[in-house]
Amino acid sequence: MRAATLNRSEEATVLSAPQGSRPLRTAPWKDTAFEWLTWLFAFLVFSILAAILVSLVIGSQLTLDKYGFSFIWRADWNPVTEEFGALVPIFGTLVTSAIAMLIGVPVSFGIALFLTELSPVWLKRPLGTAIELLAAIPSIIYGMWGLFVFAPLFQTYVQPALINSLGGIPGVGVLFAGPPLGIGMLTAGLILSIMVIPFITAVMRDVFEIVPPMLKESAYGLGATTWEVVWRVVLPYTKVGVIGGIMLGLGRALGETMAVTFVIGNAHRLAASLNAPGNSIASALANEFTEAVGDIYFSALIELGLILFLITSIVLALSKILLMRLAKGEGTQT
Amino acid sequence: MRLKQAFTALALAGALFGTSSLAADITGAGASFPYPIYAKWADAYKKVTGVGLNYQSIGSGGGIKQITGKTVNFGASDAPMKGEDLDKNGLLQFPVIMGGVVPVYNLKTVKSGEIKLSGALLGDIYLGKVQTWNDPAIAKMNPGVNLPSQAISVVHRSDGSGTTFLFTNYLSKVSPDWKSTIGEGTAVKWPTGVGGKGNEGVANYVARIDGAIGYVEYAYAKQNKLSHAQMTNKDGKLVAPSDDSFKAAAAGADWGSVPGMGVILTDQPGAQSWPITGASFILIHKVQDKPEIAREVLKFFDWSFQNGAKMADELDYVPMPDKVVQQIRAIWKSQIKDSAGNPVY
Repeated sequence: MRAATLNRSEEATVLSAPQGSRPLRTAPWKDTAFEWLTWLFAFLVFSILAAILVSLVIGSQLTLDKYGFSFIWRADWNPVTEEFGALVPIFGTLVTSAIAMLIGVPVSFGIALFLTELSPVWLKRPLGTAIELLAAIPSIIYGMWGLFVFAPLFQTYVQPALINSLGGIPGVGVLFAGPPLGIGMLTAGLILSIMVIPFITAVMRDVFEIVPPMLKESAYGLGATTWEVVWRVVLPYTKVGVIGGIMLGLGRALGETMAVTFVIGNAHRLAASLNAPGNSIASALANEFTEAVGDIYFSALIELGLILFLITSIVLALSKILLMRLAKGEGTQT
Repeated sequence: MRLKQAFTALALAGALFGTSSLAADITGAGASFPYPIYAKWADAYKKVTGVGLNYQSIGSGGGIKQITGKTVNFGASDAPMKGEDLDKNGLLQFPVIMGGVVPVYNLKTVKSGEIKLSGALLGDIYLGKVQTWNDPAIAKMNPGVNLPSQAISVVHRSDGSGTTFLFTNYLSKVSPDWKSTIGEGTAVKWPTGVGGKGNEGVANYVARIDGAIGYVEYAYAKQNKLSHAQMTNKDGKLVAPSDDSFKAAAAGADWGSVPGMGVILTDQPGAQSWPITGASFILIHKVQDKPEIAREVLKFFDWSFQNGAKMADELDYVPMPDKVVQQIRAIWKSQIKDSAGNPVY
C-alpha cells in the first residue's frame, strides 16, 4: 500500500513537471542502481589499472632492488651472466615510434584533408572504407608482409640508395651506415608508420568533418585559400581531436609487438645506424618471456613491461599538458 | 614471487576448465622443438586408445614453470634440468626424442654441403672475429671452394630456445673464447648478427640475406632447402648432418652418468657423430597425488617408445635407442610413486 501511494505521488510530481519532459515510468531505485552500476564500471577501470601497475611492480621487485634506476640506462642484456638493463629496448621503442610518427602524421593529415576538403564525392566513401579496412588488419599480417614482401624490396632497392646518397653526409651519414639487411630499426619504423596511418587518419577525418560549414564558408567568403581555411580554421577548431588521434597512433606504435618483432632484427645492441638491427620493449617481451628461466631474467622482463607502461603514461600526460597550454594561448593570437 | 603464484593460479584455473570436458586427456607444456612429434604421437595414440594429449608448446622455461606449479601433468624441456633443481622440486627427468642442429648458409656460388666448418671457426664467426666468407680461416678449411668476398651476416634466434642452448653449449665446449665471453644458455648476449623468431624465423632470414649464416633444427633446414655445412667432430672427422650421424652421436652416450639422465649430446666422440646433437626431456613429479593420471602419461610415452620410431624418422627426429628406453622404464618403476609410496608404473 505504501509503495503504491509513493508511486502515485511520484507520478503526480512527474505529471506536474513542465511540458516537454516525458513522464518517468521506472521506479527510482532503478535509477540509483543504474547509477551505482556505472560507478562500479568506472571504478573497475581504475582498479584494473592499479592492479596491473601493482603486479608489475611486485613482479619486477628483484631487478628494482638490484639495479634501482640504473636499470633504465644500462645497455647490458646478458641472460647467461644475469646482467640486465633496459636501454636498448627503450631506445628501440622510442626510435621506431618516432620514425612512425614522423612519417605517419603528415601522411595521415594529408589523407584526412583530402577526404574532407578536396576529394570528389564519389571517391570519399571507397577511400574512407579502405582506410578503415587498413585499420582492421591484424598486426601479424603487417609483420609477415613486412618480412616477406617489404623487407626484400627495401633491401634491394631503397637501402642501397639511402646508404649511397645519405650515408656519405657527415652527421646524417651515421644514421644510414652499415650493410643493407632489409630488416632493422628503419624497416620497423616504416612498417609502424603504415600501421598507424589508418588510426590517425580515421580520427582526423572524423574531427575535420564536425567543423561547422558556416565557419569554413565564412573564411572562404573572406577570400581565404583552402590551405588557409585548414590551417587557420579547421585545425584550431579540431586540435583536441587531432592530438587525440596522434596519441592513439603513438600508443599503437609504442606497444606494437608482432609486426615489430618480425622486422626489427631483435638484437640487444645499441647502434646509431637506423639500418642496424635493434630491439623494442614489446618485441623483447614477445621473444623472451616464454623461455625466461631464472628469477632475475623474469623480473627484468616484467620491469620492461613496467617501463613501457610508464612511457605510455608519460606520453599521455605530455599530450594533456600540450592541450592545456594550447587552451591557455587561445584568444591571444590575432 | 607473488606474481608467479598469481600466474600459476590463472593457469590452474585455465587447466581446470580445459580438462573438465575431456576428463581422460593428459596435459603437458613446454619445449617447442619436440612439439611436432608429440603432436603426431598424440594423434596416433588417441586413435588407438581414445586418450588425448593436450600439449602446449610454450617453451622450455614455461614448461618448467608449469610443471613445478603442478598445472600440467608433465613438462618438457630441451635443456636438461640440473640434478639439484630436480631434487628441489621433486621432479623426475627422462629423454624421449633427439635431434640435430645444423649450420645453414646462403651463398650463391657455393652448393649445399660444400662449406666445411670446425667448431672453433663457427665460434669465431658468431663472435664476429671472422667477418667475410673468404677469410683465410674459412679458406684454409675449404680448399677448392669458390668463396666470395662477401660479408658474413650472422643470424641467431631472438627468442630463448633449446636450439640456442645446444648451439651455445657446443660452442662453449669447442671454443674457449666463446666460453669465456658469451657462455651457454637458451638465450645469450649475441656479440653480432640479427635475431629471427623461432626456427622458421632464422630459416627465413638466412634464405633472404645474401651471405647469411644461421643455425636451425635439421628438419627446418631440410624443409626450407637451405644449404647446410659439414662439421668436423670431436674425432676430427668431417660429418654431414643426417639421421645416422645424429644416432651415432647418441650411441656412445652414458645416460646414467648425469643425474636425471641429463646428458647433453654435443661434441660426442665417434667418427660418425654429428657434433651438435641433443635430446629433449620430459619432467614429471616423483610423488603423484593422482596416480591414475600419471599412469596415463607414462602409458603414452611407453606407447610412443614402442610405436613412435617410424613417425619420428618421418619428421627427422631420432628416436631413443632400445637400451635407453629400458633404462627409462626402470627409473619409472623405481622412482615414480603415489602418495602412499606405491609404484605408479
